[in-house]
Amino acid sequence: MKAVISALLASLLSCLLALPTSAATLEPANWEQVLSEARGQTVYFDAWAGDPQINSYIAWAGQQLESRYGVTVTHVKLSDTAEGVSRVLAEKLAGNQQEGTVDLLWVNGENFATMKGNGLLFGPWAEQLPNFALVDADGHPEMREDFTIAVEGYEAPWTRSQLVFFYDSATLDSPPRSMREILQWAQANPGQFTYPRPPVFLGSTFLKQALLELAVDSAPLYRPVVPAQFASITAPLWDFLDALHPQLLRAGRSFPAGGTELRRMMGDGEISLAVSFSPSEANSGIAAGELPLTVRSYVLSGGSIGNVSFLAIPFNAQAKAGAMVLANFLLSAQAQAHAYDPQVMGSATVLSMAQLSTSERALFEAIEPGPATLTPDALGNTLREPHPDWMDALERAWIERYGAR
Amino acid sequence: MNEHHLQLDNIRISLEGRQLLVLDAEIRGGEVLTVMGPSGVGKSSLLAYLAGFLAPAFEATGLVRLDGVQLNDLPAEQRHVGLLFQDALLFPHLSVGGNLRFALPAATFDKAARVEQALASIGLEGFAMRDPETLSGGQRSRVALQRLLLSEPRAVLLDEPFSRLDTHLRREVREFVFAGLKVAGLPAIMVTHDAEDAEAAGGRVIQL
Amino acid sequence: MAHAKARPSNLAIRLAPSLVLFVLVAPVVLGLVLTLLPAFGYLPVLGGEQLTLAYFAQLFAIPGLAHSVTVSLMAGLLTPLCALSLVLLFLAGAAGTRLELWMRRLVAPLLAIPHAAAAFGLAFLIAPSGLFMRLISPELNGLISPPDVLVVNDYWGLTMSLGLIIKEIPFLLLMALAALPQIQPEKRVAIARSLGYRPCRAWLMTVVPALYPLIRLPVYAVIAFASATVDVSLILGPNLPYTLSVMVLQWFNDPDLSYRFVAAAGALLQLGVTLVALLLWRLIEELGAWLGRRWISRGERRTGEASLRITGQVGVGLAVLISVGGVFALLINSFAGFWRFPDNLPGAWTTQAWSRALGEIGLPLANTLLIALVSTVLAIVMVIAVLESEQRAGKRLSPSMLLLYLPLLVPQIAFLFGLIVATEFLRWAPDIKLVIFAHLIFVLPYTFLTLAEAYRRLDPRWSQLAATLGASPWCIFWRVRLPLLLAPCLTAAAIAIAVSVSQYLATQLIGAGRVPSLTTEAVALASGGSRGIVAVWALLQALIPMLGFALALFLPRLLWRNRRGMRGLN
Repeated sequence: MKAVISALLASLLSCLLALPTSAATLEPANWEQVLSEARGQTVYFDAWAGDPQINSYIAWAGQQLESRYGVTVTHVKLSDTAEGVSRVLAEKLAGNQQEGTVDLLWVNGENFATMKGNGLLFGPWAEQLPNFALVDADGHPEMREDFTIAVEGYEAPWTRSQLVFFYDSATLDSPPRSMREILQWAQANPGQFTYPRPPVFLGSTFLKQALLELAVDSAPLYRPVVPAQFASITAPLWDFLDALHPQLLRAGRSFPAGGTELRRMMGDGEISLAVSFSPSEANSGIAAGELPLTVRSYVLSGGSIGNVSFLAIPFNAQAKAGAMVLANFLLSAQAQAHAYDPQVMGSATVLSMAQLSTSERALFEAIEPGPATLTPDALGNTLREPHPDWMDALERAWIERYGAR
Repeated sequence: MNEHHLQLDNIRISLEGRQLLVLDAEIRGGEVLTVMGPSGVGKSSLLAYLAGFLAPAFEATGLVRLDGVQLNDLPAEQRHVGLLFQDALLFPHLSVGGNLRFALPAATFDKAARVEQALASIGLEGFAMRDPETLSGGQRSRVALQRLLLSEPRAVLLDEPFSRLDTHLRREVREFVFAGLKVAGLPAIMVTHDAEDAEAAGGRVIQL
Repeated sequence: MAHAKARPSNLAIRLAPSLVLFVLVAPVVLGLVLTLLPAFGYLPVLGGEQLTLAYFAQLFAIPGLAHSVTVSLMAGLLTPLCALSLVLLFLAGAAGTRLELWMRRLVAPLLAIPHAAAAFGLAFLIAPSGLFMRLISPELNGLISPPDVLVVNDYWGLTMSLGLIIKEIPFLLLMALAALPQIQPEKRVAIARSLGYRPCRAWLMTVVPALYPLIRLPVYAVIAFASATVDVSLILGPNLPYTLSVMVLQWFNDPDLSYRFVAAAGALLQLGVTLVALLLWRLIEELGAWLGRRWISRGERRTGEASLRITGQVGVGLAVLISVGGVFALLINSFAGFWRFPDNLPGAWTTQAWSRALGEIGLPLANTLLIALVSTVLAIVMVIAVLESEQRAGKRLSPSMLLLYLPLLVPQIAFLFGLIVATEFLRWAPDIKLVIFAHLIFVLPYTFLTLAEAYRRLDPRWSQLAATLGASPWCIFWRVRLPLLLAPCLTAAAIAIAVSVSQYLATQLIGAGRVPSLTTEAVALASGGSRGIVAVWALLQALIPMLGFALALFLPRLLWRNRRGMRGLN
């Protein structure tokens, strides 16, 4: 009752004050309208804040938006994306339809699946963004699916990541090129490798990568999990991990909290091999003074999991227009090139070079590659992400097997 | 000088049902009533009752009249009853002059002059800005008495006021306290252990 | 005294205790209820319409839960046991000596370091690649790469307990020092010594039995904090499995929304664990009392005197050394460029971390300061109102005032989620005002704990004297009581500021991430792991309480520089 009355009052008031109200009146395709509505808005951009380079990049994007479109961006720093999901959920729980505290959320995978499935997202809007065309979604289907779930315009692509490995060439001559080789090498050199603890995104992705290589047939991984078959499909993975864990740093009794901690461990000389989402991890680390000059990146020979991470707008966001303007800007050639620069972030772009004009392409070509750059050829084969069910199931199974000694 | 008049009618103080003391007295201005007795007999509670802060644990009845005004229902700050403790208790956060100023009623208009005057009368000219801690025991007692007198009380209560002083100082302080009280025409009640104090007071003595 | 006029201000004073209690108790109770319902399955938005025990079943089936609970319990009991013992032994051995004076002065700055920052410092110090190992390698042990040893994040949470002990020693020391003057320890010790007992034993035998009841509540607060801490556990505690409190937080944040129910159940379990810890401690109290009585009645005068004294001094000394060492480690790391193991010092120095942080410090710093100052002022005003009302009523407050400590004894995670739901329903936007209120809930009890004794101990004769000189109750308050109590008030304020600065969950959850503070920034970056950045934010976090304590120490000295009589009242 209270919610109904408040909703009525809200719409009455907004009619009287002629304020932009709900999504129903915001037409993403009418970009002029979006821009004019966005001017003066403040966008609360909830994004994971564990990497200072990403934080600085977001700050830069905010400045650009302020000067170009008059939109203020506030980076709400999360230590876990799920905090943002939790907030939106709590608001829905309390019937908060109009005054959401999250305007734009950096999501992918299972977070997206959850939000879409529970009606927590506004949309569709992503494919109406002017810069969406630069992505060449028809040629790159991964722009339209998030861990096999159809995006349907509910989120806009932002960055691309790929599971790469990096190692210290001073202590490791020829790095292992497959999971089996990793196991052999670890058995010969115990305590030199580790991976982040699932359900941290990087750790879960390592599991998926391993399963893709070790599973007899990878087709079931792109479909929802069939509980009866789960054990048999994942058996090779558990055998592998059972053999690997005692050879890990700390003998598998403790796992690092995330990718940046792996970087620190390599810098300290505790490990010689680690995983990362960023092909230019080595470059960024060297530029930031956290890794020695001898660190290099590479990918496994069988191909590596790559995914696109996206930006989504919650159903009750207050600054939807501003959020769309921000998402569009982050998709622009200028923003993507700036992110590509290893001095800034060193992340791979979601844009298709063929769709860019000559001047836009030049922005990318002007970037100085660092000593540890992986050329696009060296990046090899990109494997698609499995169905999100698998991520969840693998995480829970991992925790059950190894989560407590 | 106006003579003040303190009347105690059938004061009864008990603690947990046990009666501690019964008192009936009339004290004229300039007179000192000495109340003596062993510890625990209720001497201090008598003074507390008269001044207006008897602890709730005690039960007390009886009328107290000062200059005809009944004090029983008045809060302590409106009773115009001064109190001298064993220690001089000069406020440590105020200067000597500040202590004296504190006692002056708010409406007084030349506070600085009054303070200087009071200091001069006890031989401490120019001590207004001094830290009370730097004064000797005797000087402190004198300032305490002046502070008391500046607040223009109509009666004074003395709670073993000389017991902390050494013998030599004691005589000196006794003299000027009683002289000051007499000159101001104030009725006083003194509680003490010391028979010499009672003698020096020169008034009636009540043994509890 | 009982005839105060019924003016609005006097009315406010009389109502103060009830108002304060309401402000503290209502949110906690409300939050608990709104967390309790989902625990039993009632959360309509997620489809939970019926009460059920299924989520508790799911909770108890979580692998490693038993160990998580055990670790929490262990931390909850080990921390007070070690911290309290060391504090008492130290005081026994140092009573009346110059060492005690030094410790009085050291306590405040040590307390100023927020526990997250202290945890970071400890981690940077004792980790296999930490400062300590770098200093002794390779000269003393021939290692050129960090040893593969599980120190930080160890399985039984011993490092976490160590961090907690080190942080709680100054707190218990402060509480004990504040309570001591009431029981006249010098007299007791003097009597015992005249009967032939050595000083340390004498103190332990005669002072501790009288002191303990006065510091019982702070000890309980320590137990509650140690058994349910989230930030310290994230930094130092085990991660395979996590402690219960961390797991509950992760379940709240789990993208699988059905885990909210389990999270609520877990929060209740955490409440249960804390209660069990308190009950077990009660048993330990009785056991300790019984053992103590037997020890006293045995009448030994001398044995163990030296070892008792040395244990206390070494223990507390080590705690101080480690705290300072931790800050030192943070400092070095904040300026470190690439620092290869086992170099003693970084090969390159850089101000990159500092310049980056200082560029972003504006809003978090402003928020932290504003929240800390406003909640502190409100807390001090409310506590003074309550204490004044106590003074004017002439008698001690009713035992229901013990409810004041409720926010300290209930795990934060157990009622904060429910509070969020409540604030959402009431449409109170997550802004700084709400965060200030949330901080107030935690700051008030600590303010009361530190200010109450000083207030009550103030010689009543000062007020009586002032009254006889014609001063009204308000005049007495402003011109007598407050100036005399300035130093304790400032100390209480400093502690309040420190408590506010170190709040993490209250700011992050209630503020919906829109109110960044120095602590939320530090913890968010900790999930990234870059040491230099973490060190900078941890140091910045510690700066504000330090300033508060410095002010509390120097302002009275400045104000009362010409008043020798005020020194003793510090």
